[in-house]
Amino acid sequence: MRTAEKVIFEYSRPGRGASDQWPPETPAAATADLPASLRRARRPLLPEVGELEAVRHFTRLSQLNFSIDTHFYPLGSCTMKYNPKACNQYAMLPEFLGRHPLAPESHGQGFLACLFELQEMLKEVTGMQAVALSPMAGAHGEFAGVAMIRAYHRARGDLARNEIIVPEAAHGTNPATATMCGCTVREIPVDAQGDIDLQALRAAVGPNTAGIMLTNPSTLGVFERRIEEVARIVHAAGGLLYYDGANLNAILGKVRPGDMGFDVIHMNLHKTFSTPHGGGGPGAGAVGVAARLQPFLPIPVVGREPPGESGAAPRYRWLTEKDLPQSIGRLSGFMGNAGVLLRAYVYMRMLGREGMSRVGEYATLNANYLLARLRQAGFDAAYPQRRASHEFIITLRRQARDLGVTAMDFAKRLLDLGFHAPTTYFPLLVPECLLIEPTETESRDVLDAFVAAMVQIQNEAEQEPERVTGAPHTMPVRRLDDVRAAKQLDLRWKPTA
Amino acid sequence: MAFIPHTPADVEAMLAAIGVPDIQALFDEIPASLRVKSLQGVPTEMNEMQIGRLMSERARADGRPLCFIGAGAYEHHIPAAVWAITTRGEFYSAYTPYQAEASQGTLQLIYEYQTMMASLTGMEVSNASLYDGASAVAEACLMAVRANRKSKSMRILVPRTVNPHYRKVAAATAGNQGLRFEEVAYAPDTGCTALEVLQKCAAGDDITAVVIQQPNFFGQLEDVDAITDWAHARGTFVIASVNPTSLALLKPPGEWGTKGADIVVGEGQPLGVPLSSGGPYFGFMTTRMEYVRQMPGRIAGRTVDLSGRPGFTLTLQAREQHIRRAKATSNICTNQGLLMTAATIYLSLMGPVGLERTAAASHAQTRELVAAITTGKGVRRAFSGPFFHESVLLLDRPVAPVLATLASRGILGGLELSEHYPELGHALLVCATETKTQADIDSYVAALADVMQKARAA
Repeated sequence: MRTAEKVIFEYSRPGRGASDQWPPETPAAATADLPASLRRARRPLLPEVGELEAVRHFTRLSQLNFSIDTHFYPLGSCTMKYNPKACNQYAMLPEFLGRHPLAPESHGQGFLACLFELQEMLKEVTGMQAVALSPMAGAHGEFAGVAMIRAYHRARGDLARNEIIVPEAAHGTNPATATMCGCTVREIPVDAQGDIDLQALRAAVGPNTAGIMLTNPSTLGVFERRIEEVARIVHAAGGLLYYDGANLNAILGKVRPGDMGFDVIHMNLHKTFSTPHGGGGPGAGAVGVAARLQPFLPIPVVGREPPGESGAAPRYRWLTEKDLPQSIGRLSGFMGNAGVLLRAYVYMRMLGREGMSRVGEYATLNANYLLARLRQAGFDAAYPQRRASHEFIITLRRQARDLGVTAMDFAKRLLDLGFHAPTTYFPLLVPECLLIEPTETESRDVLDAFVAAMVQIQNEAEQEPERVTGAPHTMPVRRLDDVRAAKQLDLRWKPTA
Repeated sequence: MAFIPHTPADVEAMLAAIGVPDIQALFDEIPASLRVKSLQGVPTEMNEMQIGRLMSERARADGRPLCFIGAGAYEHHIPAAVWAITTRGEFYSAYTPYQAEASQGTLQLIYEYQTMMASLTGMEVSNASLYDGASAVAEACLMAVRANRKSKSMRILVPRTVNPHYRKVAAATAGNQGLRFEEVAYAPDTGCTALEVLQKCAAGDDITAVVIQQPNFFGQLEDVDAITDWAHARGTFVIASVNPTSLALLKPPGEWGTKGADIVVGEGQPLGVPLSSGGPYFGFMTTRMEYVRQMPGRIAGRTVDLSGRPGFTLTLQAREQHIRRAKATSNICTNQGLLMTAATIYLSLMGPVGLERTAAASHAQTRELVAAITTGKGVRRAFSGPFFHESVLLLDRPVAPVLATLASRGILGGLELSEHYPELGHALLVCATETKTQADIDSYVAALADVMQKARAA
């Protein structure tokens, strides 16, 4: 793998620049109307490099990354499936790319048709009554969902309902979201089988319950078998059910959250619907709701006018506060991550109903196969008596105790062997855990190679533990000093005097 | 197409290894009553050729009109290298850089981005991006409540000259946490926020923060120095919401007044991100080092590895949801990494000179447009005083029909303001950037004159 690359400012030379890309110089008179007191005195610190230098630098930086295009990336709950190139190509057609967000609807029927149809397809696969596309990430969708639950209760005069129940294994965004919505959080335990403790749930619900936030399959990688009972308990107490769609890939085409009794869901389009992870976004956290929450959807939503005269094409338009006066409001400057939504649309159209049904099946097949082979190779499953969903947990607590080799060490050694590590140390409940999600786009050969790598690391842990505890050895950097990073903050490059 | 590579032989061998007869058995834990029978509501599959054709038809239907709309999204030239590199698989399909050793490309890029944004805004530290300019204002208000130890009121003054959508997003996002947003009127002659009006709104009370947009939504230039000093004298934080291209020519918020702004946010779209019907864009946020622990979002820092080699990693993660959970500074997890990547490459190609030229050319073209249009009958500038690359015009007749006719001729003439600012009358916000040639401006001016002439005669 490529070794390190200089910081771009170290290539700067005064007077250098990609000058062919710049507009011609404007005469001073053209900006003379800008008051002197408001003008910038000193130029900002930006690179001064030629175009080829910049291209080389950033190309070399890219070569320091692992990515789905280059490596198996079994990050649990992240659904690192192949991002089809067609999605990018068609979302970036010049007319889509060049359209201003405030362009009139007359010059956006093509774009709006794609978004409307995306809403319809998402409704169908989730079993919900209405969908809004503007939240810009999963956590943003969570915010919308909890805000809608709160708005629903307040609209009914039920002001005491301010508590959100969250299983202890929940993703950190769940309690963080509840707080952002002005709610308090109440955690309940899961049992040894990985299901929610129903006794604890019954004790936790009451007149203060706004709702419960659940992922199904859960963050432990197993299906919440008594989900219908959970729904009954929470609904009977007057609360609503929120579905965190991070694990939707496990059940896509097999089960629908709406059928399980959920009132509101968010979907991570950058997971289940294969829009790019981009090194940290952009995502899209579309939300789906049951009928009783429809009035509260965040705006804008795409609406369709009835055709009118026969033969006329449908007309699409944005629905805003006028159409949804009880909306929780606008969450995006414009209409969310539109280009991401177009990519999800292309993906869903390519899959079609046939492909959608196979996603859950093959994601689950791959996970169960990988789990079976790892167990056969001697690794310990956290929930050995359960089926894997699209992901599963291996615990390395035995290796940590007997060999002094941890989940972190395994993760770092996997990098040397050409695999991105699985999710480590989440969920917090399971000690020394690896949360592994292969996705449906990986072949059996890749899964077998991963098993072989894990076996190799196990052998090294037994015979040559420093090889593992000192890993990675072949990456552009070895393990980094996080403590120093936080104590001696170096958050921007500074020119040396 | 589902991109599933398994052959029947693969499936058979895999089922045997698991010890089940078929794939359906893997779902035996799921109650039968819940299993979907079919997804009839989803259309049948398409291959690439078919979807390519459909998307091309839809794109063609939307066309490529000549655009003079700004209002928070700006058309600038994006060098081809920006997206050629940004869509490389190693950036496009990489994940959040949690495994730092496998993500040095992304992490170093974030560090370079943080450096550029801190300097561009005149501040000390930047995060790795937020969702967009609107949500960034909301996050800045929440941050001000945390960081302004001298204030307890959670009252935020927001001039009406701040982008109306941003004000709505701030209310929708932060309203549930007890923040109170109070509108401040603008002066009708200048379209700017007057100090006396701010004074009156504050009325000697505890105000946590004031938001100043520069240039404001009308394109007018606010008296940022006076407002900043006024705010600081009374213990109020200054949140600056700025256009990043403008900062090549205008004084950055870090230099406003005596102390500079406390938190700076804005919409990063002008920096190498296409208009794309409104997203994905990215929000930027910078601040002073003393407030870094209150800042939401990811931050990359430089450190060393076991061999003493420099390397980059996410840092100060104790602020974030995966560690603090219910007590996190924000619930933000996924942000806008790919757009931040594009912006970093864009800024590297533009450099200080290119960005300055882009800003100057955009301003020059807008001045040219405004001057030419206002020589015609029935159009004049709404406000006096300096502006930057956007301006409000007043027409002598309703704007919407004029815009509709222009649109039918392939010209998007600007944004009609009656929805958000009905008090202005027949108002139109126009913008020209360096992408508009003299010929483009001439077309618009001629078409507008013609359309208004015909409307007058009718």
